[in-house]
Amino acid sequence: MAERPSGVKKNEARTSPVRFRHKHLLAISDLDRFEIESLLARAEAFAPLAEQKIKKLDTLRGRTLINLFFENSTRTQSSFELAGKRMGADVVNMSVKSSSVAKGETLIDTATTLNAMRPDLLVIRHGASGAAELLSQKVDCAVINAGDGKHEHPTQALLDALTIRDRLGAIEGLVIAICGDILHSRVARSNVALLTMLGARVRLVGPPTLMPAGADRWGAKVFHDMRQGIKDADVVMMLRVQRERMDGGFFPSAREFFWFYGLDEDKLKFAKPGAVVMHPGPMNRGVEIDSGVADNPNISLIETQVRMGVAVRMAVLEALAESGSNAGAR
Amino acid sequence: MTKPTLIRNAKLIDPAKDKVSDGAILFADKIIDIGAVTSAPDGAEIIDADGAHVAPGLIDMRVVIGEPGAEHKETFKSAGRAAAAGGVTTMVMMPNTTPVIDDQSLVDFVLRRAPERTGGVHILPAAALTKGLSGALMTEIGLLSEAGAVMFTNGDAPIRDSRVLRRALSYATAFDVLVAHRPEDPYLADGGVMHEGELAARLGLPGIPAAAEAIMAERDLALAELTGGRLLLDMLSAAQTLPAVKRAKNRGVNAAASVNVHHLVLNEHDVANYRTFAKLSPPLRSEDDRVALVQAVKDGLIDVIVSGHDPRQAEDKRLPFEEAAFGAVGLETLLPGALTLHHKGDAPLTTLLRAMTAKPAELLNLPQGRLAKGAPADVIVIDVGAPFRLDSDKLKSKSNNSPFDEKTLQGKVLRTFVGGRSVYAAE
Repeated sequence: MAERPSGVKKNEARTSPVRFRHKHLLAISDLDRFEIESLLARAEAFAPLAEQKIKKLDTLRGRTLINLFFENSTRTQSSFELAGKRMGADVVNMSVKSSSVAKGETLIDTATTLNAMRPDLLVIRHGASGAAELLSQKVDCAVINAGDGKHEHPTQALLDALTIRDRLGAIEGLVIAICGDILHSRVARSNVALLTMLGARVRLVGPPTLMPAGADRWGAKVFHDMRQGIKDADVVMMLRVQRERMDGGFFPSAREFFWFYGLDEDKLKFAKPGAVVMHPGPMNRGVEIDSGVADNPNISLIETQVRMGVAVRMAVLEALAESGSNAGAR
Repeated sequence: MTKPTLIRNAKLIDPAKDKVSDGAILFADKIIDIGAVTSAPDGAEIIDADGAHVAPGLIDMRVVIGEPGAEHKETFKSAGRAAAAGGVTTMVMMPNTTPVIDDQSLVDFVLRRAPERTGGVHILPAAALTKGLSGALMTEIGLLSEAGAVMFTNGDAPIRDSRVLRRALSYATAFDVLVAHRPEDPYLADGGVMHEGELAARLGLPGIPAAAEAIMAERDLALAELTGGRLLLDMLSAAQTLPAVKRAKNRGVNAAASVNVHHLVLNEHDVANYRTFAKLSPPLRSEDDRVALVQAVKDGLIDVIVSGHDPRQAEDKRLPFEEAAFGAVGLETLLPGALTLHHKGDAPLTTLLRAMTAKPAELLNLPQGRLAKGAPADVIVIDVGAPFRLDSDKLKSKSNNSPFDEKTLQGKVLRTFVGGRSVYAAE
């Protein structure tokens, strides 16, 4: 087993990992700044591990992690699987199509069944907002929300923060524009909560039909003109537009969306020189992002996001495993 | 370089300032000077108005033109001639052509083709709010607006699905465009051909209740409030609708309203004897409705007066009332129709003109609609009092379906200038 690597000092105040006081990770809005800094510090320490020949630790040896994905996902599911395996846990992937959910079992029935198998960590993705919360009330183990409906995706926000810190140092004071389909985005909700907590000035950019009611009261500034919205931004974070929203429901067409809200080199000129671009993936090239931007290694952090995803999930698994023995609040 | 023109001895109406003053006006492509102008440059045309009124050219926010697709009813050329004769210097063209103006290329077609055909009168395309005017999917409002569409409307087909209108109004706020919507509940109006009431019952014709308009106007105003969208309630006809408009405006809702000039002058009795030329949509309503609409124009509650120009050929009108087409031509009767109210003492001249010049310009963000230095020289000379009997066969429009046929009107356009160029001179 490899030695646990030590974290790299950056210019932001670092806290040494302390015992995580939550039993579950359901939403960024459950956490305070100290807890987020602490998770990021843990994750930062795990990041270099991926570059080593032997990537496996034994922190979670003997523990069982179940990946329960009710929505299709390639990158999040494999990221959690890899994180669990690198921490030494036994990982079981349950995909919905082969599970008894397809046979009519309710979420609570599934939870009860899984609970009887005594897992230590349960990672859930579900199309309904609040599904992770419901599951957490019905099982004894730690629950990690890997995306619930239009509510939250906390590990995505953590990995985004880690990616920004890795490239730009501190998050405090940065102007970060989150662009596209804010209305349906759990990534946006988690990121607004996390980034504003860390002192970033967050902007939300998108057509009015894809902006939630009252978004201006989230602590972010709302823009409907993309050039104004990303003006002088340090980070431009693009969101995925779902195909089913494209045909005239929320906006008229993919080409109109790209013309006004797609990130291309021309619009990116309005951001601060040296601004970086992020995307949670998978991308719709030519709809929300131009390939010339997405594939430019000098400005695109999309690969770094994937890399940091594993580190963040290792940190979350470790933190929850530690708190597991300590019967605390959620 | 446009030849300069000096019009002296005129009564200058500036509706934007609610003012009529004696004086002169000098213009080339733009208005150069106004008021006590005494000298004109060499080569200028000098017109002695002999006490006639000079006003900004009219902006008609609702004109149906048959080009493309129904050129037998009206073309850019015939509409341009009719407009010039009626003192209309800017027409907002409805998108219910064939094909429907719901794509950038159609906006582009109108903007390229119309100016060479109309003889100078401006045609500004309104684009469809939903694809094919089907009421289901919003059009490319951003791209159409960039292409030059000045307004978005679903024409005579109200949008049934409240969510579609909500999203369209909401989406439109990103581009600050005006959305015009005809409030008429399609279920209540279905099959109706005239105002629902005692007269319709006696004539044995199916009616359209005033409530059909009031219900949908309430919905539209609530959606405008919800979304912050800029809404124009297109062609109101019923007194019952007006309190809702007033309440919404008082609450600060971004809403305006228009009325068809026919509804200010005529009422349901004009369709008695089954006169299909007075079959309009919305229908001419009761005298009480008409009086309330006039009062609303006077109070500024109704912002805009339109012609509702809708050319129909005789074969579509000379049919049993229920089968006949809705609609009337109006480009050449908009001004004298509205002036009827001035002559009867029902509304001041400047108020009426404001609803056809300054107000539309404001809603559409146009530089026209005012007599001021630097404004485009879209100018008309009118003999406000001149009486004439309308002979619809002599209308310049390709269609002659006017309910004013054989009626005596007052107010003749003597000259029409667009961008300082003369496009019409009365014989």
